[in-house]
Amino acid sequence: MTSHTLSVLVENTPGVLARISSLFMRRGFNIDSLAVGPTEIPEISRMTIVVNVDQLPLEQVTKQLNKLVNVLKIVELDSTNAVERELMLIKVKTDPHTRGQVLETVNLFRAKVVDVATDAVTIEATGDAGKLTAMLNVLEPFGIREIAQSGRVAIGRGPRSITDRTLRAVPGTQAS
Amino acid sequence: MTEQISEQVTGAQSLVRALEHAEVDTIFGIPGGAILPAYDPLFDSEKIRHILVRHEQGAGHAAQGYAMVTGKVGVCMATSGPGATNLVTAIADAYMDSVPIVAITGQVATHLIGTDGFQEADIRGITMPITKHSFLVTKADDIPRVIAEAFHIAGTGRPGPVLVDIAKDALQALTTFSWPSELALPGYRPTTRPHGKQVREAARLIAASERPVLYVGGGVIKADAAAELKVLAELTQIPVVTTLMARGAFPDSHELHLGMPGMHGTVAAVAALQKSDLLISLGARFDDRVTGHLPSFAPLAKIIHADIDPAEISKNRTADVPIVGDCREVIADLIGMLRKQAEEDGVEGDFSAWKAQMLSVKAKYPVGYDRPEAGLAPQTVIERISALSGPEATYVAGVGQHQMWSAHYIDFERPRQWLNSGGAGTMGYSVPAAMGAQVGLPGSVVWAIDGDGCFQMTNQELATCALEGIASKVAVINNSSLGMVRQWQTLLYGGRYSNTDLNTGPESIGARRIPDFVKLADAYGCVGLRCDNEADLDATIEKAMSINDRPVVIDFVVERDAMVWPMVHGGASNDAIQIARDLAPEWDDEDL
Repeated sequence: MTSHTLSVLVENTPGVLARISSLFMRRGFNIDSLAVGPTEIPEISRMTIVVNVDQLPLEQVTKQLNKLVNVLKIVELDSTNAVERELMLIKVKTDPHTRGQVLETVNLFRAKVVDVATDAVTIEATGDAGKLTAMLNVLEPFGIREIAQSGRVAIGRGPRSITDRTLRAVPGTQAS
Repeated sequence: MTEQISEQVTGAQSLVRALEHAEVDTIFGIPGGAILPAYDPLFDSEKIRHILVRHEQGAGHAAQGYAMVTGKVGVCMATSGPGATNLVTAIADAYMDSVPIVAITGQVATHLIGTDGFQEADIRGITMPITKHSFLVTKADDIPRVIAEAFHIAGTGRPGPVLVDIAKDALQALTTFSWPSELALPGYRPTTRPHGKQVREAARLIAASERPVLYVGGGVIKADAAAELKVLAELTQIPVVTTLMARGAFPDSHELHLGMPGMHGTVAAVAALQKSDLLISLGARFDDRVTGHLPSFAPLAKIIHADIDPAEISKNRTADVPIVGDCREVIADLIGMLRKQAEEDGVEGDFSAWKAQMLSVKAKYPVGYDRPEAGLAPQTVIERISALSGPEATYVAGVGQHQMWSAHYIDFERPRQWLNSGGAGTMGYSVPAAMGAQVGLPGSVVWAIDGDGCFQMTNQELATCALEGIASKVAVINNSSLGMVRQWQTLLYGGRYSNTDLNTGPESIGARRIPDFVKLADAYGCVGLRCDNEADLDATIEKAMSINDRPVVIDFVVERDAMVWPMVHGGASNDAIQIARDLAPEWDDEDL
């Protein structure tokens, strides 16, 4: 089984997320992460779904997703040709002794501190999954108190846009 | 067609007007609190006949039956909460068998949604996995657009059920009616035109094959492609098998027809698939009841898979040549391509040896049964109903042994002659679906072929039939048990008949005849008849045929140990087909 990143453009209507998650559940597809947000077109939302399936089930996943009336377009993003990011907020225990080392780690990973308390700091870090895991490994000995992590978001490299032309109305669809 | 009416109407009036625009002439339903506003203008509609059913499941199956015989979108209506949840089985059934229906449900008022209000159920959420699409309407202005979209989605592409849930306040609010001239469904674009390159590749594979089989599914009937299929089969002389959903897509009387494949398929149909080197799958979906053990299904065959739903292609069996498109267009293009190939390149397959081989298997192993020493054989009942009613009649089965016997022993000659619950296997489908079919085909003969188990699940619709003058006929193949389950208990559980005795049979077999189906029919204002021997069989059927003003129920008291053969046991390879208990066909070398 391999991990695939799908960018799914959907109509920004109520219930779309439920349709997609319900589809994954009943067809037995595994979701590693799912992130939803608006796009530059208000009527369209973008979901980035990371699925862990073989190549053949992946074809089923995309075909089944395409059958949902609110799904407009599906693109598989290849990690070598796309920028992939996750956001993580990490609350780490500190004392006067360890704070300097924690801050050094933050700088090394080009993360930043977004909240400070006397015995803890909260760190904001972005990156791909590998970088975030590496950073967590370094911070682990200091004592990690809490983590909040986003799903992966991704965008293809180069000038092309997958939202172009997606909204063009379907010609010839006439009501009877 | 655009109609703009500036006068103020209620959402409910707008709904009825929208349904009229969608050319709805029949709705099966039951009113209740949340849908009540819609029933007021419906009362005045001159174009729409509302048929008041006795249970919402009946409304759903009736809409299916209506849709299957007319080719139009069937409509059912129910109120919120339990009214809507009672539709769920029929919606699931329509989803599995790709039947175009629109289910309209009332929903509690918008301000009550999410509060666990009286008769509130999230029917859109509940039906999400079993609908092609669904809508929740909370604004009166949206009603005509949603209705137009719902009918378009239900009836085009791969047909299926669409749910429209309308909040009560949206039905009550004032709005203006405007029928949309164009639909904005940018995410819904079914492909109907097959790709020329794929069709060419398919034609090439056909010409190069030696043992091809046309594996025909229900999509051929949905696409109205039976005429094209006949041309294709006769042009190429390729043997045909028709799945349970496709019975009637190709005439049973045709020489090239090998019958139904699958778990209870004919020896010839099953053998043809297993020995084939090329399956030409048309609107079929490689269902587990056809393939049996998938890795050993048609092990030598390449696959041409044509379907309007791309997700069906290579879902269960990888296709060598996938063709996405409407079956009628696919077959028409394939015919054109094969002719062109023959004329221009002189390339043409010769399947005469293969055909002769399969015809000899067909002749050697026809479907058949042994008549019991005493009592009435269920297969004989079905054979005689078919013989006396002919292929112009419509046959609607429930689920179980009687369904399989119907699939084998009725003479299917035309598409839409056969309705059943194939994918979902819904017991109770028959009586309400036959009611819907009879409404769609007034004046013609519609037979519900039902079992005593199925019949007890939905026979309340006999009241609807009697009161509405819907004179469908019900043949209850009464073996006093859940027959198919009993058959499995006989074969697989050492004859331990756990909870399969229904006691609907006569005292002579130790049963209590509860209920008495003849009395039940009488109570419902139907004609009740009973037949328990072959001598009276034709006369009983003829009597039922002569009654056209009321529904007729015949209690056919049949021998209970009859089994459905041939059979491939669940999960087994199709190669292990048995023609009777522990009896496999004898394969001569020449057969293989």
